[in-house]
Amino acid sequence: MTKLDGVRVDVRRSTNSPALTLAGVGVLVALLTAAPWIFPQGFVSILVNFFVLLIMATMWNLLAGYAGMISIGQQAFVGLGGYGVLYFALKGMSPFAAVPVAVVVGGVIAIPITYLLFRLRGGYFAIATWVVADTAMIIIGTVNFLGGGTGKLVPGFTSLSPSELNHYAYLETWGMAFVVLLGTYLLLRSRMGLALAAIRDNEVAARSMGINVVRARRVIFIVAAAGCAGAGAVLTLSQTYVQPTNEFSLQWAAEMLFVSMIGGLGTIEGPILGCIIFFALQQTLSQQGAWYLVILGSVAMAIALWQPRGLWGAVRDRFGIELLPIGHWVGPLREPKALTETSEE
Amino acid sequence: MTWFNILIEGALVGGFYALFACGLSLMFGVMKIINLAHGDMAVVAAYIAVFLVPHLHISEVLSFIVVVPIFGLVGYVVQRTLIQKSIDRDPFTTLLVTFGLSVVIENLLLEGYSANGQTVNIGSAAYNSWHPGGIFYLSYVSLVVLATSVVVLGALQFFLSKTGLGRQIRAVADDQEAAELSGTNYRHIFGVAAAIAFATVALAGIAYGMMTQFSPSSGGINLLYAFEAVVVGGIGSLWGTLVGGVALGIAQEFGAHFGPQYQVLGGNILFLLVLAIRPQGLFGKKTALS
Repeated sequence: MTKLDGVRVDVRRSTNSPALTLAGVGVLVALLTAAPWIFPQGFVSILVNFFVLLIMATMWNLLAGYAGMISIGQQAFVGLGGYGVLYFALKGMSPFAAVPVAVVVGGVIAIPITYLLFRLRGGYFAIATWVVADTAMIIIGTVNFLGGGTGKLVPGFTSLSPSELNHYAYLETWGMAFVVLLGTYLLLRSRMGLALAAIRDNEVAARSMGINVVRARRVIFIVAAAGCAGAGAVLTLSQTYVQPTNEFSLQWAAEMLFVSMIGGLGTIEGPILGCIIFFALQQTLSQQGAWYLVILGSVAMAIALWQPRGLWGAVRDRFGIELLPIGHWVGPLREPKALTETSEE
Repeated sequence: MTWFNILIEGALVGGFYALFACGLSLMFGVMKIINLAHGDMAVVAAYIAVFLVPHLHISEVLSFIVVVPIFGLVGYVVQRTLIQKSIDRDPFTTLLVTFGLSVVIENLLLEGYSANGQTVNIGSAAYNSWHPGGIFYLSYVSLVVLATSVVVLGALQFFLSKTGLGRQIRAVADDQEAAELSGTNYRHIFGVAAAIAFATVALAGIAYGMMTQFSPSSGGINLLYAFEAVVVGGIGSLWGTLVGGVALGIAQEFGAHFGPQYQVLGGNILFLLVLAIRPQGLFGKKTALS
């Protein structure tokens, strides 16, 4: 309850009941945690790929949707995450324990890279991220210890039966996705999130309000690098084999970009919706080779031109729903319907 | 003699990179955008030269006579429709749209013509080379491509500095609003610049097909080299792009000297060094820097 121009108004986070959302999320979390015991193996492995892409898309959304950076080189960190797991597994660590270490390594490697890349902006920044990814791929491909260009099988899985391996790989992937989503949600609700929303809406205005835009971008780039490394690391648990051209493939960048754009940039829910659409499309068109990328690319182009806030943006504008509220709503006291949304455009 | 060879080979490859990159450089200079589908346009041109032009009973060597004007037209139309629409939103949208276009083109080519490598057939000319003094080999194709590149860049420079249309392009590049106030239709000028960019990249694509095998995925890596050439030479300078292309070619040949896997790495390291030490490039203004 706050006073605004002498009128008592209600400031809160969400329009709908938080308890209801929380209960829904709780049921979903329980269901997804129990998934390996409930669903057939085929569906569980689709879920693994779903979560891997969801992590990447959420990270890309932070970069592009909030911090205004278009990167087409995030596969650098996906690959470093995968190879991080291989490296520590070769050094005798359990691959499952190596995942969080690979995440930290991905984030740390991103720090010096930001000092190089942040010298460029816009499209030049975008292609420079790609150069970094290409360089990382070539360098990794020359290291014989990591299997060179042909790749290497990750050791340390032999003590587990195939079904145990699948279960553990699924649980760690789902855990990573949960941590990434929760972390993103909390980040966007924090002071940093407010700064990011301001940068997203108007960079010059944000700067004039005293927001350190470069610092905010640097933090987001490092977080996104760590997140993408996490995606690559958990993917390695279910693939158990890493190879440079697969790990550092530009296709990762294409998929994370399309998914977050179709779903809606600048919202947490957007990439989730985008991932669901992506997997529905991929399952339908899986017999048709590369056509799903043609369709995704065309849809993403159309959305960029005519519906830049994506499908979730359209749903939200139409019905005023927010599942994971991060803004502040100001309304008359105890009125269920919101009047203004302060942190939005 | 090895070092001399590296320099010569590098310079020859660099000429090709400059030809590939000048359209990228021009579009950035005039429209302030990056066409991420630039490399794929070149690949499309090469596929047309191999698969469609022979139906017209024109030999593949001369395919550029047909393909280059068509690409000029395509460039104008794509600019006035798709790219202009995305520029009207914001530069951010342009990147997303051209990246989408790039992925769509690459996968359409993959579906249409498979991932098999193709070449533009120029008969025995592909293997002939000149070896003065019997010391090093200069392939005729690379020499012709380097010469073409110098001629194209020279013609472009002349066009931009001496003709009325060229001056309009430069006016729009310098100050779009002032050029508009003076009666220039900037959308038309954008179209002309894109037409030139598409025509030169079509020429580069056909040249690429003559020099080496190409496949649907060749566009990306060539965009990368073109981009490196532009940044090394300096953003916004045409002759800088030629110097950047040659520097990149030499760095790659230097890397290749230590093993084939280091060829691309040599170029990437040069790029990252320039970014670290002289981010505006060898001849650049500070326009693209943040």
